[in-house]
Amino acid sequence: MPQRFRRLQEPDGRWVEVEIEGTKTRVLEGESVAAAIFASGLPWCRTTPVSGAPRAPYCMMGVCFECLVEINGVPNRQSCQISVEQGMQIRRQPGASPEYP
Amino acid sequence: MEHHELIVIGGGPAGLAAATAAANEGAECLLLDEQSTPGGQVYRAVQTVPEQRARLLGPDYQAGRDLVTQFEQSGARHLPNTTVWNLNGRCEVGILRDGKTSLLHAKRVIIASGAMERPVPFPGWTLPGVMPAGAGQILLKSSALVPADGLVLAGSGPLLLLLAWQYLQAGVSIGAILDMTPHGNFWRALPRLPEALLAHHYIIKGLRYQLQLKMARVPYFTGVRNLRATGTDSIEAVEFDHRNTSKRIETSLLLTHFGVVPDSHLSRCAGCDHRWDSAQLCWRPQTDEWCNSSLAGIAIAGDGAGIGGAVAARHAGRIAGLGSAHALGHVGSMRRDEIGRDDQRWLNDDLRVRPFLEAMFRPPPELLYQPDDATVICRCEEITAGQVRRAIQDGHHDTNQVKFLTRCGMGPCQGRQCNNAVGQLLAHELDVDMMAAGGYRIRPPIRPLTISQLAALEDMQAGGGA
Ligand SMILES: Cc1cc2nc3c(=O)[nH]c(=O)nc-3n(C[C@H](O)[C@H](O)[C@H](O)COP(=O)(O)OP(=O)(O)OC[C@H]3O[C@@H](n4cnc5c(N)ncnc54)[C@H](O)[C@@H]3O)c2cc1C
Ligand code: FES
Repeated sequence: MPQRFRRLQEPDGRWVEVEIEGTKTRVLEGESVAAAIFASGLPWCRTTPVSGAPRAPYCMMGVCFECLVEINGVPNRQSCQISVEQGMQIRRQPGASPEYP
Repeated sequence: MEHHELIVIGGGPAGLAAATAAANEGAECLLLDEQSTPGGQVYRAVQTVPEQRARLLGPDYQAGRDLVTQFEQSGARHLPNTTVWNLNGRCEVGILRDGKTSLLHAKRVIIASGAMERPVPFPGWTLPGVMPAGAGQILLKSSALVPADGLVLAGSGPLLLLLAWQYLQAGVSIGAILDMTPHGNFWRALPRLPEALLAHHYIIKGLRYQLQLKMARVPYFTGVRNLRATGTDSIEAVEFDHRNTSKRIETSLLLTHFGVVPDSHLSRCAGCDHRWDSAQLCWRPQTDEWCNSSLAGIAIAGDGAGIGGAVAARHAGRIAGLGSAHALGHVGSMRRDEIGRDDQRWLNDDLRVRPFLEAMFRPPPELLYQPDDATVICRCEEITAGQVRRAIQDGHHDTNQVKFLTRCGMGPCQGRQCNNAVGQLLAHELDVDMMAAGGYRIRPPIRPLTISQLAALEDMQAGGGA
């Protein structure tokens, strides 16, 4: 699977380190978790509860909920609306989302 | 419950200008925004981007800096990373911040929640690697991420060209642009061209982008139809019809754009009157000359009140801010009218280009009204157009009935992605207008809350918490 996005070279970038699916990854300070997922090359972030189809972040602005992942053990985090933090553990989310009523 | 004079929801050009204008007249004002920095969609991250990125995004983008500076000098308070999940007719605002829910109250509220990409279902649009163009632009603005070479852009509208131009500036090699604007649109738009030429800088800008893309030899297909994304776990290729032949381009990324529509969940949740705008093809709140909605105390400004673009959003924001400062007793009618007059004139001037753009970039009707039975309409619950058609044939004749029968629109996005598609399908199948097909009834919370967040709120309302 070829990488979909690449990072532009910028002289003054500040970085933090997160773990995405167990792999340590350097990501841009302040960016969203969903953006970090794309930068890491992970092709999808969850599977759907209905058919198990893979999905990736879609709208990047909080209106589609395709970007739900597990962050630091908590499921259903809307990753396009959450900024990365040093040491964050980000995992794909399989299927159903029991937290929501 | 925390009380305020004025709460502004949304930190784009409309919200920033509204808060600035009201605060400058002496109103106490709190601006709530889901993003971490002010700017909204158009000026996203404008204060924090490195200079190099700001330059490639272009001068229109950099113009957002002044707006943010003026806002910061106005004395209005900014509450970032704050999601509004409820607004009611009593001007009570439910917010979620740091994972905690709470309620605020204001004498007046200005909704400036902006627009979202028009969701248009087509075969394969749920595959990883298919995204709206606006999402690609967000990744560029806030993360310096650009597509790997060979991406395909498809659809219709100024934002598609703008993004292609921005990618060109960033040195991205674009695989192809698939222009899906129907050929007949130009002739329907032509009578609106003379008026649009009064705001000709927009037209010139569009032509300049097109020229530069041509000079860069980006493969450009016009009159494209029957767009499909294919692949198993991710997109592998884009297939489409061009001049009666079927074509295929391999790619790992397809960015689509079919215009933007107001993000109307908040104004609909509050109970403001809305009408279907058949030129903009979207639900649109009814507003008066000071941007007041049908509900006392609630005004709506910017793209959330109907698509006008960033400049119009700024003028409308200022008008709404002045209107609110007046209603709160900080400024008399004479001064309000005097300061507001210029913005009202500039707003009207700026909007002159809209009827032309709306006719020129109207999405192909077959995409809006005749999706294939197999095409997924509701991304969350994976409901297909065929299932929606069957529900309609079984006698379910408005969008809410279809929703309850099929679960279409019941997932976490709460119908934001499928509402208009279902309505348009219904209107087409039954040959009724969109007002008869109706929009989903929107109830709080308009962003999903967890059981524990809801419980904490109930405790608080019962007097158990802060
Ligand atoms: C992804 C995208 C990219 C765009 N890029 C451009 C561009 O480059 N150039 C251009 O001319 N036009 C662009 N547009 C068009 C854009 O809609 C307008 O030009 C302009 O941004 C409208 O300004 P606004 O103030 O009305 O809304 P916006 O700028 O959209 O601002 C709305 C703000 O409200 C916030 N918000 C919404 N709902 C809530 C809620 N429930 N709780 C808390 N906060 C909330 C949002 O996070 C956002 O910050 C873009 C549109 C989209 C959707
Ligand atoms: S990507 Fe759409 S909500 Fe996060």
